[in-house]
Amino acid sequence: MAVTEQQLQTLKDRARRIRIDILKMLTDCGSGHTGGSLSAADIATALYFYKMKYDPRKPGWKERDNFILSKGHAAPLLYTVLAQAGYFEHAELCTLRKIGSRLQGHPDSKCLPGVEISTGSLGQGLSVANGLALAHKLDKAPNRVYALLGDGELQEGQIWEAAMTAAHYKLDNLCALVDNNGLQIDGPVAKVMGVEPITDKWRAFGWEVLDVDGHDMEKIVTALDKAETIKGKPTMIVCRTVKGKGSKCFEGKVEFHGTTPTKEELATAMKELEEGVCK
Amino acid sequence: MFHGGNVSKIATRDAYGDALVSLGKKRNDVVVLDADLSGSTKTAKFAKAFPDRFFNIGIAEQDMMGTAAGLAIGGKLPFVSTFAVFATGRAWEQVRQSICYPNLNVKIVATHAGVTVGEDGGSHQSVEDIAVMRVIPHMTVIVPADGPETLQAIEAVAEYQGPCYVRAGRNKVPTVCPENYRFRIGKAHVFNEGKHAAIIATGIMVAEALKARDQLKAEGIDAGVINMSTIKPLDRDAVIAAATRCGAIVTAEEHSIIGGLGGAVAEVLAESAPAPLVRIGLKDTFGTSGDGEGLLKHYGLSAGDIAAAVKEAIKKKKS
Repeated sequence: MAVTEQQLQTLKDRARRIRIDILKMLTDCGSGHTGGSLSAADIATALYFYKMKYDPRKPGWKERDNFILSKGHAAPLLYTVLAQAGYFEHAELCTLRKIGSRLQGHPDSKCLPGVEISTGSLGQGLSVANGLALAHKLDKAPNRVYALLGDGELQEGQIWEAAMTAAHYKLDNLCALVDNNGLQIDGPVAKVMGVEPITDKWRAFGWEVLDVDGHDMEKIVTALDKAETIKGKPTMIVCRTVKGKGSKCFEGKVEFHGTTPTKEELATAMKELEEGVCK
Repeated sequence: MFHGGNVSKIATRDAYGDALVSLGKKRNDVVVLDADLSGSTKTAKFAKAFPDRFFNIGIAEQDMMGTAAGLAIGGKLPFVSTFAVFATGRAWEQVRQSICYPNLNVKIVATHAGVTVGEDGGSHQSVEDIAVMRVIPHMTVIVPADGPETLQAIEAVAEYQGPCYVRAGRNKVPTVCPENYRFRIGKAHVFNEGKHAAIIATGIMVAEALKARDQLKAEGIDAGVINMSTIKPLDRDAVIAAATRCGAIVTAEEHSIIGGLGGAVAEVLAESAPAPLVRIGLKDTFGTSGDGEGLLKHYGLSAGDIAAAVKEAIKKKKS
C-alpha cells in the first residue's frame, strides 16, 4: 500500500511542528540536545504518525508496537512526539529538565507513560529491543519493535553484541534505524572513531539493510513498509541525516549537539520552519 | 552439630537449577538467559526442560542484561545467569541503567561467587559482587546459605516485583537451615541468640559460623549465630537486637570486608547500636588459585578464624 501525496504532506507538516516544539522547549529550558533531536525528527514522525500501532490512552496496551530511543539524548524529540500523539498535555513540555518533572534530561520510563524504557547511557537500547522482540515471538504476537540508534552510538561494543543476538534469533519483528548524522560531541564521527561502512557492517552481521535519505519522508515510510515484509532476519534502516536539520542556524554544526538555541536563533529558526509550514 | 543434625550436601547452584525447573513448570512466563555457562550455572536443566524459553546469548553479558530487561517489559519473568564476577562486574552498568533505573522485574542469579570457585583463580573469584549490587537503588540482594534456602529464595524472588540479585556458589555445602525454616526477603534467621557475642553470617559462611559457635561453647563462650541471607534490605532490627543483647558482633562473608555484609552491618551499628565489630572476609585483596577448602583457611574464613574473631570482639567490649 503506497503512501498518498496527502499523507506525505500531512507527515511533513507534522515533522515541522515537531521541530518547532523541540526548539521552543530547548530554548526555554536552556539545556539539552538540539542537533540529534532535529536530525531524527522525520524518522520519529514516520514511526509515530504513519507506522506504529499504539493507544496514548492505554500506554501499556498489549497490542502496541514498541519504540526504544536508544540514543536517549534525543529526549526532546521523544517528548514532543509523545505530547503530539496525545500521551500527555502539550503544556507539560515546558517542564523539561526541571525538578519534579516527568520530562527528565534523558527518558525515564518509571515516570513518563509512553517511554518503554529509560535510556541515556548509549549502546543499551538495541538489547532491550531484542528482548521485547523475543517476548512477542514467545507470545506469537504480531507486535513490532522499533529502535532508534545514533551513528556515534555504534562505537559501543554492546550494539554489536545485540546485532548478533537479533540475527541469531531471527528477529524479523524488529526494525532498527540509525540516525546517521555524522557528528558526535567531540566532532565528526569519522574523525573521533570511524564507524563506516555502516551498511556493510550490519549486512555482515546478518541483517537486511536499507539505506535512505533520512529527511525524505516518502523514502522513510517506504523503507518502514518494506521492513515489515522481510522475514527471517531483522532490518536496519540506515538514515542519512543532517545534524540540526530544520534551520541553517544549527545544520551540520557540531556545537549544537548539546547546546540550545539563543532567543535570536530560535526566532530565525521559527521563521524558516513556519514559512515551510505555510507552503 | 548443626541444627537438626542434617548433613546432606548440595551446591547452591544445583539447588538453583532445580528451582528453575519447578518454577518453569508452574509459570509459563518464566524465561532464562545465560551467557555460555549454562552447564556450570545449572540453567542447562531449564534449557532441557523448556528449550523455547531458554536463550543462550553467547559470551555477551551486557547484551544479556539488556535482553532480559526487554523480556521483562514484554511481560516475561527473566532469570539471568552467569558467573558472579561477570554478571556484576562486566555488566554492572547495564544492570544499573537497563534494569534497576527503570525498576524492571529481572532476577539475576549468579553462581561461582567467592573464593571457593577455587582453581580458576582470582580472575574468576568474585569478592566484590555483594558490594556493587547493594549500592544500586531498587536492587534486592540475597545470599542463600544452603540448597534448601536457595530453593525458597528463588521462589520468593519470583513472587517479588522488582530487580533481585541472588548469589550462589560452586561447591557442595551442608544444609544448615532447620527443616521448618521459612525464607522471607529481608528477614534474618536467628539460630541462637547468644550471650557474649553474635556472629552474623551469610552464604556458605553460615556453616562455618555454626562450627565456630560449637567450638566456643566448649570454652564457655556463648556466641549467637544469625543467618543474614538478605543483605539488602538488611534486617536492621535483627542487627540492633543482637548488638543490644550481646554487645559484640562478628560478621562473616565469603566476600571483601568492604561494602558487603560487614559494611552493611557496620552502617547499622554505627548509626543505631554502637558495639565492637570484627569483620571476617577478604581483607581488601583478590583471590588466588587453590582448592576451595584450602582457600577459606588461606584467607582467614574458617570456623577457627571466626572463633578467634569472636574472642577479639568480646575483648574489645571489655576494654
